[in-house]
Amino acid sequence: MAAPETSTAAVPTLYTNNTLRNAFGGVLSFFILLLIGVLAFSIRLFSVIKYESVIHEFDPYFNYRVTQFLTKKGIYEFWNWFDDRTWYPLGRVIGGTVYPGLTLTAGTIWWLLNSLNIPLSVETVCVFTAPIFSAFASWATYLLTKEVKGAGAGLTAAVLLAMVPSYISRSVAGSYDNEAVAIFALIFTFYLYLKTLNTGSLFYATLNSLAYFYMVCSWGGYTFIINLIPMHVLLCIVTGRYSSRLYIAYAPLVVLGTLLAALVPVVGFNAVMTSEHFASFLVFIIIHVVAFVYYIKGILSPKMFKVAVTLVVTVGLAVCCAVIAVLIALVASSPTKGWSGRSLSLLDPTYASKYIPIIASVSEHQPPTWPSYFMDINVLAFLVPAGIIACFLPLSDASSFIVLYIATSVYFSGVMVRLMLVLAPAACITSGIALSEAFDVLTGSIKFQLPGVTSNAEVDAGETSSDTSEAQTDEVKAEKPDDTSKNRPSKKSKKKERELAENPPAKATAKAKAKAEKKRLLALPLEASVISLLLLVVLGAFYVVHSVWAAAEAYSAPSIVLTTRSRDGLHVFDDFREAYAWLSHNTDVNDKVASWWDYGYQTTAMANRTVIVDNNTWNNTHIATVGTAMSSPERAAWEIFHSLDVKYVLVVFGGLIGYPSDDINKFLWMVRIGGGVFPHIKEPDYLRDGQYRIDSQATPTMLNCLMYKLSYYRFVETDGKAYDRVRRTEIGKKYFKLTHFEEVFTTHHWMVRIYKLKPLKNRIRGKAKKSKSKTSSTSSSKRSGTKKKNPWL
Amino acid sequence: MEAPIRAREALGFILFSLLFSICRSSSLNHLLISNAERRIDLSSHIVKVYLTLKVENAGSTPTSEVFLSFPPTQVDHLATVEALVTKGKRKKTTLVRLDVKPTELPDAPNDAKYFAIYLANPLKSGESTTLEVLYLLTHSQEPFPAEIAQSESQLVYYRDSVLILSPYHIKQQTTFIKTPSTKVESFTRVEPSNRAGTEIKYGPYEDHPPYSFSPILIHFENNSPFAVVEELVREVEISHWGNLQVTEQYTLVHAGARHKGVFSRVDFQSRPTLNGASSLRYLLARLPPRVHSVYYRDEIGNISSSHLRTDSRKSELEIEPRYPLFGGWKATFVIGYGLPLQDFLFETSDDRRYLNFTFGCPLLETVVDKLTIKVVLPEGSKDPSAVVPFPVEQHLETKYSYLDVVGRTVVVMEKKNLVPTHNSHFQVYYTFKPIFMLAEPLMLASAFFLFFVACVAYLHIDLSIRK
Repeated sequence: MAAPETSTAAVPTLYTNNTLRNAFGGVLSFFILLLIGVLAFSIRLFSVIKYESVIHEFDPYFNYRVTQFLTKKGIYEFWNWFDDRTWYPLGRVIGGTVYPGLTLTAGTIWWLLNSLNIPLSVETVCVFTAPIFSAFASWATYLLTKEVKGAGAGLTAAVLLAMVPSYISRSVAGSYDNEAVAIFALIFTFYLYLKTLNTGSLFYATLNSLAYFYMVCSWGGYTFIINLIPMHVLLCIVTGRYSSRLYIAYAPLVVLGTLLAALVPVVGFNAVMTSEHFASFLVFIIIHVVAFVYYIKGILSPKMFKVAVTLVVTVGLAVCCAVIAVLIALVASSPTKGWSGRSLSLLDPTYASKYIPIIASVSEHQPPTWPSYFMDINVLAFLVPAGIIACFLPLSDASSFIVLYIATSVYFSGVMVRLMLVLAPAACITSGIALSEAFDVLTGSIKFQLPGVTSNAEVDAGETSSDTSEAQTDEVKAEKPDDTSKNRPSKKSKKKERELAENPPAKATAKAKAKAEKKRLLALPLEASVISLLLLVVLGAFYVVHSVWAAAEAYSAPSIVLTTRSRDGLHVFDDFREAYAWLSHNTDVNDKVASWWDYGYQTTAMANRTVIVDNNTWNNTHIATVGTAMSSPERAAWEIFHSLDVKYVLVVFGGLIGYPSDDINKFLWMVRIGGGVFPHIKEPDYLRDGQYRIDSQATPTMLNCLMYKLSYYRFVETDGKAYDRVRRTEIGKKYFKLTHFEEVFTTHHWMVRIYKLKPLKNRIRGKAKKSKSKTSSTSSSKRSGTKKKNPWL
Repeated sequence: MEAPIRAREALGFILFSLLFSICRSSSLNHLLISNAERRIDLSSHIVKVYLTLKVENAGSTPTSEVFLSFPPTQVDHLATVEALVTKGKRKKTTLVRLDVKPTELPDAPNDAKYFAIYLANPLKSGESTTLEVLYLLTHSQEPFPAEIAQSESQLVYYRDSVLILSPYHIKQQTTFIKTPSTKVESFTRVEPSNRAGTEIKYGPYEDHPPYSFSPILIHFENNSPFAVVEELVREVEISHWGNLQVTEQYTLVHAGARHKGVFSRVDFQSRPTLNGASSLRYLLARLPPRVHSVYYRDEIGNISSSHLRTDSRKSELEIEPRYPLFGGWKATFVIGYGLPLQDFLFETSDDRRYLNFTFGCPLLETVVDKLTIKVVLPEGSKDPSAVVPFPVEQHLETKYSYLDVVGRTVVVMEKKNLVPTHNSHFQVYYTFKPIFMLAEPLMLASAFFLFFVACVAYLHIDLSIRK
């Protein structure tokens, strides 16, 4: 951290008497960065302090389990891991279907600590991986923004990112998920890209591909990088900003990056075969053509060049048409046009709800509401436009990248609430730029108007650093550097020239700043500056208060343990773990547990029992089978479960204590997903006049389905009325018996209920034979074949 | 060793061995028990037997050993045998603890096993003394029926002999059996016997020769939860910075009648006395006073249902497992706590240090099938030796903890079949030089120093090839 800092501070030679001041600024910003790291880490510890050091939610449990496997069995076993404890009877190739970045990172940290004889458990390492990487991410933001607008903007952006609620929501301690690491990788890749673009150094280009590789390892969102960077390259080419630096920044990334990406088993040949990556190859070709054209232009006389252009264009067009035709034919031959379902739903927001209910059923795949923008990025939403304007004054390669980044991420966040996470860094960077420029202008005009310009010491660090960068720009401009030095100052000076040439009347803040620096004109009135400064500070304070509140209250709950505060103290609902602990200690280790897929990861990780489906929703048919069983009558459900070798069925029920995200509320998705594969399950059968209800008005199909029965079995005996606190109604059918299932465990607050399938009874001959023929078919394809014919009744 | 020696005896020295055995048995026959009273307490799942023996030396030679004999089925479940002798005259009697050791006798009928009580003063001819013997049996109540439903209460069998198995002639003996409740399904009648309330009285029986045996079977209700810790690993880590960290890993099982069929929460919650009467709802752990940083968790996180009560003399931790334990159900959990070091670590006159800590399990009324105590000594300590009041298996291990280089010596002690009476103190002696306490801070300081030096060096070195 220290090295780039001091080098920046050491550049200016014009202000020779200011070297001490710059060195001081460098040390100061180093310590500010250190504090930002501490802030980013510690703001995420609310969950540990308020609850406990525990893995959160659903996916983190899977990652935790994989990490445990990695630390126990080693890396080679991990690559070859075929997990037979999930997706029974299909199993899942974990090594080949998981993004290994997070697991390998945490595994490496654990291994490093243990080889230093620091005996931290794998769980502890996993819990604190996300906060550690948040600190890294804010440092990466500093670097990235520094490449765009100097150190002052960098520090501001870093401090904003350290506590942006959107990122906090995914990276609190315990939220051990891919995104926690991936956001750091994303920002760092962008930083290295911009660094390469600004310096033209092949060293950074190589580092950039390695960072990209790490990103590919970490998260499926790497496709965002491999599409955004080509877009930016294309933008540069189109706007006539092609340079050899651009070539160095892009070509090695595509070649090395694609090769490295193909090394990750989960990506493999997808790195060259799927449509998500085509843009990068297309731009790769284009940039070569452009480079070639520039080269030819250099060696030919203008006249010859024109002739050559016409020749090449005619031939080239023909070849291109042929190639594109072949590509289109290839792509069109695949049913999804070579795009994965999730990517398609990004391009066409209605795609998922039309075709893939399983993607649409996940709440984080829904489009966000307006309040969620305010919740997740708060005041940044208002600062972003100012930041975009600041990026245009002057527009450099780097700042045009930021503009492109924010524009695309705003679109994506509008499609899927989960991708708000990609927007957050962009919003932080642009807001950081906006705030920093505004501070620059305001403090600059105050300084200009005060009689004695000796108030340097009182100026804060951000301002000092931006002064530094400003000084740097001035100095370089004065020098008028030659063409050979292809570094950042030269580019900036070019920018300046262009800006000077077409300088419209100053109306935006950044412009005013430039003028104030240059001509000491157009400074804002003193009172206005002071008041605006105060307002900005208040705005920042509001952001801090909101972020801390969000970190403490909104995003810290681990969701496996719930708490409520009432008059007589804190109530803890630890039912999930109660049920999982029970399963883990009191059932056979090879028993199969069926539940809705939400609880699959937790069951395998906490209870160590084989599950039928889990949160990795790779097999729609299998999930539909479970959905069908849950929405079938008891007998049919028993047969489905029995054919899947299920011993226990787990349902989550919130009716007693009012826990809203229980299985009854998710039930319509089970019906929809089940009905999507097995047409005898029809959604209208479960709805009364289009309304989903479980009271006396509910349809008989609803009242007789397995999910209803397992949820409400003997529920009436708790209060005599069977009042469901979630649906706020009395249930429709209160007294019924279970014939094929028996209750084996219900947790203290009834949140998890576990039923056991009753064993086969001795039956009369004909029936026994029938069920035998069903259970004997073990291969899944065969089973699903018979299922489609047989309505299970 | 025993078997080949015996074979040789049988082959070559038959005569001698015969003579020898006759001698030994005749030495046994010197003694006789004039009066024996036995009280068997069946109120919990640990069977407590109080035996009062009035031993008389009828022979001519003084003897200092009194043998107790047990049937082999009981010996496997025998957790502890203690013997006391009353000293002094009428009013001012004091109880003196005597040594009890398992021994072998060559002519044991039906593999009976023996314990020898070593009297402090040899019993002279014609003298008599009164011995108070306490022994505890674990896993001696067999649930019958072996599987019960949630609403049923737990019935168990207890098997014993109505006559005390003894190598001596017993002139008169009485046995009282205390059952936990008045619900006794059946008991073997050996006249004279009668039942009153929770007590069954057998005897008195007169003049029974050595090794008399008369089996009885009592079938009664015992709803006390059979809390058995299958395995307990206690790790006591000494830090000379002033803390003693204890970590206890439990594997708890309800060893009573297995739970059968349905577990209904609604029945369990609404009718707690009728339903799951034998279920294990909470446990009480008695921890040392001034305990701090207590935690109670299992492998998937904290368990929120526990209460700690502390006062100046003891701390009580009431813990509930995640779920009520029915027969056959298991649970695992970890309890950890810190203790101030000065309460437990002392120095001897010869500059050695010793840890004085309780053996056994802090949970009340539980049986521990296998206990492992690991005392982790600080890094750099030497010559460890453990002093335990009863025989245990011992060995040494090495553990690497925070930033250790040579590792910490761990004294490991293992014992099977423990009951709460084993909670006596043990000592681990070792030598330790306080300078070792500074090793790790110095190591850290030097590591950081080197790091900063490296940084400074890097910033001042120009590694570029071209100027």
